[in-house]
Amino acid sequence: MIKLENIHKSFGEKAARLHVLKGINLEIQEGEMVAIMGSSGSGKSTLLNIVGVLSQPDEGRYTLDGQVIEKLSQKRAAYFRNRFIGFVFQSFNLLPFKNAADNVSLPLYYQNVGRRARNRKALEFLEMVGLTERATHMPNELSGGEKQRVAIARALITNPNVILADEPTGALDSVTSTEIMEIFQNVNDSGKTIVIVTHENDIAASCERLIYLKDGCIDTENSMHNNNRRIIKSVTSGST
Amino acid sequence: MGIGDALQEIFYGLRKNKLRTFLTGFGVFWGIFMLILLLGAGKGMKNGVEKSFSSAAKNSVWLYGRRTSVPYKGLPIGRSIQFTQSDLDAIEREIPGILYLSAENPVWSGVMIKSKTRAENYRVIGVAEDYFKIKAQQEVTKGRKLNGLDEGETRKVATIGSVVAENLFPGESPVGQSIEIDKIPFTVVGIFHDEGSNGRESERVYIPMSLYQQVFGRGRNQLSVLTYQPDQDADAYKIEEQVVSLLKKRHMVSPDDRTAIRANNLLKNSERMSSLFAAINSFLWFVGIGTLTAGIVGISNIMLITVKERTVEIGIRKALGATPLGIISSLLFESVLVTATAGYLGLVLGVGLLEGINLILESGGTQMDYFKRPEVDFGIALTSIIILVSVGMLAGFAPAWRAARISPVEAMRDA
Repeated sequence: MIKLENIHKSFGEKAARLHVLKGINLEIQEGEMVAIMGSSGSGKSTLLNIVGVLSQPDEGRYTLDGQVIEKLSQKRAAYFRNRFIGFVFQSFNLLPFKNAADNVSLPLYYQNVGRRARNRKALEFLEMVGLTERATHMPNELSGGEKQRVAIARALITNPNVILADEPTGALDSVTSTEIMEIFQNVNDSGKTIVIVTHENDIAASCERLIYLKDGCIDTENSMHNNNRRIIKSVTSGST
Repeated sequence: MGIGDALQEIFYGLRKNKLRTFLTGFGVFWGIFMLILLLGAGKGMKNGVEKSFSSAAKNSVWLYGRRTSVPYKGLPIGRSIQFTQSDLDAIEREIPGILYLSAENPVWSGVMIKSKTRAENYRVIGVAEDYFKIKAQQEVTKGRKLNGLDEGETRKVATIGSVVAENLFPGESPVGQSIEIDKIPFTVVGIFHDEGSNGRESERVYIPMSLYQQVFGRGRNQLSVLTYQPDQDADAYKIEEQVVSLLKKRHMVSPDDRTAIRANNLLKNSERMSSLFAAINSFLWFVGIGTLTAGIVGISNIMLITVKERTVEIGIRKALGATPLGIISSLLFESVLVTATAGYLGLVLGVGLLEGINLILESGGTQMDYFKRPEVDFGIALTSIIILVSVGMLAGFAPAWRAARISPVEAMRDA
């Protein structure tokens, strides 16, 4: 599904040049739920951005769903992001002047889907994340957890194979975080590949695999397959 | 994604920034509004001044005898030059390239003219044949002009101006009726309307020259003013030189005497006026374009602010699949929509205001001799809107292009 081979990425010029990713080799299978951890500046978000075709590596080869992603034009990169990847951000990144349904349907707008079909689908996905009754609410009328659920619905609406989440629970309290992770697990159970960048051990513990980055490289000692994956259940529906 | 979707996306943005949208629109509106008003005012002045011109052909020349200012062949200065019929005949005989040739003899003081019920002082002018061919723009509203038979048979007929007709024959038609000019009865054969000298030329009474000579000229063959119209393709200035030179020779005037014979070449006046109005028009365009430029700079600035303010939004949209072309076109579409709407509004209100002023002027509410029919060429107005929108687009293109090239990661970092 996702294959990174000898990925390098630097920022800045000459003396101020910062080598962030130093030869990353990583393979993520279809349907896996992977956590990426590491200290600040270790290159987690940079790696996620490359996987999400938000930026491109300086060196190395990235293959997504069997297609080599390299030297893409901006138009082609936009196409990949829209069709193959769903994004969930720590700060939700909802458009403040659109209601929940319109935010959810936005990726379909870029696929030239008609307004009625977009609305129908947005309501379908809002129902999936339990927000049907909030469809016409503006982002400033939603709680943090609700905003993130809208963002997840938006990430799923184009039916991408890969969901990338950058600190999706970073701005949420623990109860809401648990609810959000439950949604991610349900999405993963439906066969989607999920990659989550996180600082939180609990979140990482709910993933099948942990990739630990240290100074731009994968720290194999701390990276592991999580055979004892913790199944998160919503606090409101009782604990396991 | 249809035009409706694109418009809805734009309206989201516009509603979100009502003040910014208003300010952008107002800059453009004001630019077009002022340009229309300035051009309209310029046109109004031009129309007003043109109305004050004589109704005579634009290339006609009017010659007046004055006093000599240079001694010549033993003759003293201060000698009065008086044209005669033989001068007219000599010009006709010796100067080629003249289409019409005529003369007028005004009675210098006002003459009492009486109808059955009223009496007023008006200017009476004796005119020779072909006079009305030179006064081609004079409109006969009823009856006819004086003709060759009137002249040849020394008929006691007159054509009167519309003002004279209104004052001497209120509420009735004067044609066929009798008037007394200096106690001599004349039959009115026609009424004319002349916008020349801001309508004052409609306060005249024309009679045949032959009759004038008998009644007011006391049989003498003198002519006060000579006039001619050259052929359309003839050199009007060269003919003027030849005519003046001939008259100087005939009246023993020094070739260096600049005052004895005055020639009023309407072509020269018209050309002088045209260049004056061209200069005024250029100035108005300069001011108008300056106002428009201020509007355009406003659009550019606001586009820059728009892009800056919407950086995060642009980043999010790009992350979700917006292409650079999509970002550029939506920003430009927004700019064009605002500028075109505001520009159109400025055009409509500007033209509306000019029409209002025109209505007031025409209804006689305000008398302004040198300001008539302010109007603007619709083609020019439309062109200025197209220029404005195009330049607005160009001005908006650089920020839009920059926005399209922003990396989504960097853009969203501003959140």
